[in-house]
Amino acid sequence: MDVGVVGYGVYIPRYRIRVEEIAKVWGDDPESIKRGLLIEEKSVPAPDEDTATIAVEAARNALKQTGIDPHDIEAIYVGSESHPYAVKPTATIVAEAIEATPDLTAADYEFACKAGTVGIQTCMGAVEAGMIKYGMAIGADTAQSAPGDALEYTAAAGGCAFIVGKNGGNTLAAIDDTYSYTTDTPDFWRREMRSYPKHGGRFTGKPAYFKHVLAAANGLLRKLQLTSQDFAHVVFHQPNGKFPLLAAKELGFSKEQVALGLLTPKIGNTYSGSTMISLAAVLDQAKPDERILAVSYGSGAGSDAFSITVRDGIEGKRDAAPKVLDYVGQRVMIDYATYVKFRKLLVR
Amino acid sequence: MAVPRFWREIPNRYNLVGARCGNCNKVLFPPRYICPHCRRMGKLEPYRLKRRGKVLTYTVVHAAANGFEDQAPYVLAIVELEDGPRLTAQVTDCNTDEIKIGDEVEIVFRRMGEDGQDGVIYYGFKARRV
Repeated sequence: MDVGVVGYGVYIPRYRIRVEEIAKVWGDDPESIKRGLLIEEKSVPAPDEDTATIAVEAARNALKQTGIDPHDIEAIYVGSESHPYAVKPTATIVAEAIEATPDLTAADYEFACKAGTVGIQTCMGAVEAGMIKYGMAIGADTAQSAPGDALEYTAAAGGCAFIVGKNGGNTLAAIDDTYSYTTDTPDFWRREMRSYPKHGGRFTGKPAYFKHVLAAANGLLRKLQLTSQDFAHVVFHQPNGKFPLLAAKELGFSKEQVALGLLTPKIGNTYSGSTMISLAAVLDQAKPDERILAVSYGSGAGSDAFSITVRDGIEGKRDAAPKVLDYVGQRVMIDYATYVKFRKLLVR
Repeated sequence: MAVPRFWREIPNRYNLVGARCGNCNKVLFPPRYICPHCRRMGKLEPYRLKRRGKVLTYTVVHAAANGFEDQAPYVLAIVELEDGPRLTAQVTDCNTDEIKIGDEVEIVFRRMGEDGQDGVIYYGFKARRV
């Protein structure tokens, strides 16, 4: 395909809660949680943050890299499972806040943790077809988890925006191709009007995450006639720190190839943001001509795989906005009481 | 706040769109219809202010305004923007002992409030230390 990444931007809230703080409340053993999920702490949104504000920060950071006129962005898709409104698109709020309105199309996507990468695919198609000049795909979430559920250790907040355009002088990475794998697999869901998702425990592993991630990755490798050795880096969706490492091993990737994008141990699972923020972390450091494999996963279930080749243009552009590791490093620890207040679980 | 009033002010609240006078070059925020310096000679045009400024002065609010009770104590500052205008803004992501006069801030996009559980959500600007 003749499309590429023109710019990308991330945002991660500054508050963090450690595994120990949560485990203390529910009588869990923090060491076994940390070992089992490979997680140390997770990001928590401030009381005045939601998916729309996170998406806007990421979108503004992406624009800083490009210098393009926001009015040339002719499509905005925001993928999330925590849109602030049930009916009223987050994408309209983002479009207004980056001054891309009114001549554009916009919509919200929902596909558990992979709604953001679906947006990238939509933009790729529309750019390739000549429908739009630039498209912006955002994955952002303030993930919900029931108090005491295993998800509470990982459900985090963050977002990432990618601007997609035709390959040319201003692209910093080419998107070589994409491949998706989708089935009806009820591993994780949230019913209408319910506050928290439910999940199938261990069922979320082999028949869900691994089946789809491995199938999408293998499908793309077959399509492009490449092997794991052709990629300098690989990123997977990260529901915890362990799953992406196991998926990488199964596909023949080394720990070094996974290292740059492995963020869940420090920020938790940012749901729709997860794969995209990890890809951004790799782009923050990758060298021109390196190839990256990125595979998202959304429960329900499906995976989108992308092959991305870094271009020379990246070096002049990626310093224009805060990088992933800047946000990972800016952190303020909170205790469980502050956490439940921030998450509006304590009501007076 | 009435929904139409919020909607009318979206360019100002989201993107700091004020006005600049083509005659005296002064930047005004919020925007005005008549330049207070040039009166009938003024030529006002929409102008998007840069999202950077400095804390001119601040106060710590303990008796919170409606809707902000759960954020108390919080910092409210008068920010002098690079373009000149001064505006009152909550300083977000800021403990009360972190702020001082002269701090560099950027203007960021945050939730300002909501009309109960069924009403609209109001977004707008707050300041954040850089």
